Amino acid sequence: MVKTFLVGIILGVAAAAGALYANPVVDQERKISYGSVVLNGGNREIFHINIPADRVMNGGAGQSNSVPDGLVWPNDEILATVSTEMFKLRNEIDQIIGIAARTVAVEGDESSSVIDWVLHIPARGTLFINMDSMPADDGRRAGEFNTGTREFQAMTGVVTERWVVETSDDEDAPDGRIELFATYVSQLEEAVE
Amino acid sequence: MKYLIALFLGIVTGAVIFAAVLVYNPFIGKSGLSPLEVSDSRTMSLSYSAVASESIVYTNDGESTMDPYPEAVEQLWEDTIRQSSAMATVMRDGRNQTVGLGIKFSSLSEQTRLLSGKALVDSVWYVYLPGRGAFFLEQTENYWDYLRSVVLPAYRSSANTWKGSWLGNVTAGPGALGTAKVTGSSGEFEGLDMLAVESIAVKAWRVEGGPVAAEGRLLIELPDVVDAAAAEASQKLD
Repeated sequence: MVKTFLVGIILGVAAAAGALYANPVVDQERKISYGSVVLNGGNREIFHINIPADRVMNGGAGQSNSVPDGLVWPNDEILATVSTEMFKLRNEIDQIIGIAARTVAVEGDESSSVIDWVLHIPARGTLFINMDSMPADDGRRAGEFNTGTREFQAMTGVVTERWVVETSDDEDAPDGRIELFATYVSQLEEAVE
Repeated sequence: MKYLIALFLGIVTGAVIFAAVLVYNPFIGKSGLSPLEVSDSRTMSLSYSAVASESIVYTNDGESTMDPYPEAVEQLWEDTIRQSSAMATVMRDGRNQTVGLGIKFSSLSEQTRLLSGKALVDSVWYVYLPGRGAFFLEQTENYWDYLRSVVLPAYRSSANTWKGSWLGNVTAGPGALGTAKVTGSSGEFEGLDMLAVESIAVKAWRVEGGPVAAEGRLLIELPDVVDAAAAEASQKLD
């Protein structure tokens, strides 16, 4: 009987090790990414954020519409010209796929403002985007990928943001949405001699 | 029948022995000395409170140990983001002065391998320091030592609380020496590639709510060009 017990111990150790090895502890839920090929090369993907439903945070010095209720922006003069918003990020078919932050810092005049986006998609990686200080005449603002992680690591590209007012009469319709058009271009691999 | 009972008890004992060896194995998951601690280069230290209620905003799926803050904040309950957290916090310098804003997004990593002491989290920081510029930090963090030294003892305690002093580097990559990758985007950091390490110092942790007294720190290695820019800025101020 002692031998059976000892065999059981070995089996128990092996079963526990096998179970831990075979079963992934973390499995991030993935949604299909809806990309399209653009004429001059690369792929385009459209993200959007429904306002106000997807807004997680809206903070800045002296803001009257802070989100969430109870948010206290630090009373430090050094942060007086900085504001940041945090959102849930949706794909083209309105599924939530990640979280995003948009930070605006006014340094001197408006033309030298820093406007940066961080798009974090847990199953895919993160994109860090630097936007132009000034929007174009049509209201769109352009930006460039600065860097990315995992799936976005080997990508360069551009992003355009625009605000679209919702025209639907639906009671549950959002006020509008922020649209982000991302155009990805893979970095060329160095030629091998 | 008695052989079956003996076999069953043996299997249970084996599984328990395996778990104990895994948790208490001193050779895995130990966070070592950061290469930046012994670097000759100038470094910049930014600290932040690792307690949710001391941040500007902290949110997660609402069911994890750390409670979202403020209470009314939208929770990340959707399938695609429920294993993630988001935080906005004040960054302080070595003299405890506010120097900027930090935003951290973290997600449990699919590379997690408990068998080899890897409880991994993929995280990114966006840090904006007014007057200096902004940078983006990407890293893989390993919380195995933290779980083993702080969280597990708290669960074992009859008061569901851990008190003590734990300090460890959580950054485990992507750099070969276990460093984070930092990319500057504006101001004096524009165009720079740097290295960093994040560490956490915990003094109290409780099962309901997570860290009670804890501070995080980003240690960033600055290239010489930043030293020159800082000296120039200092001369102008003089």
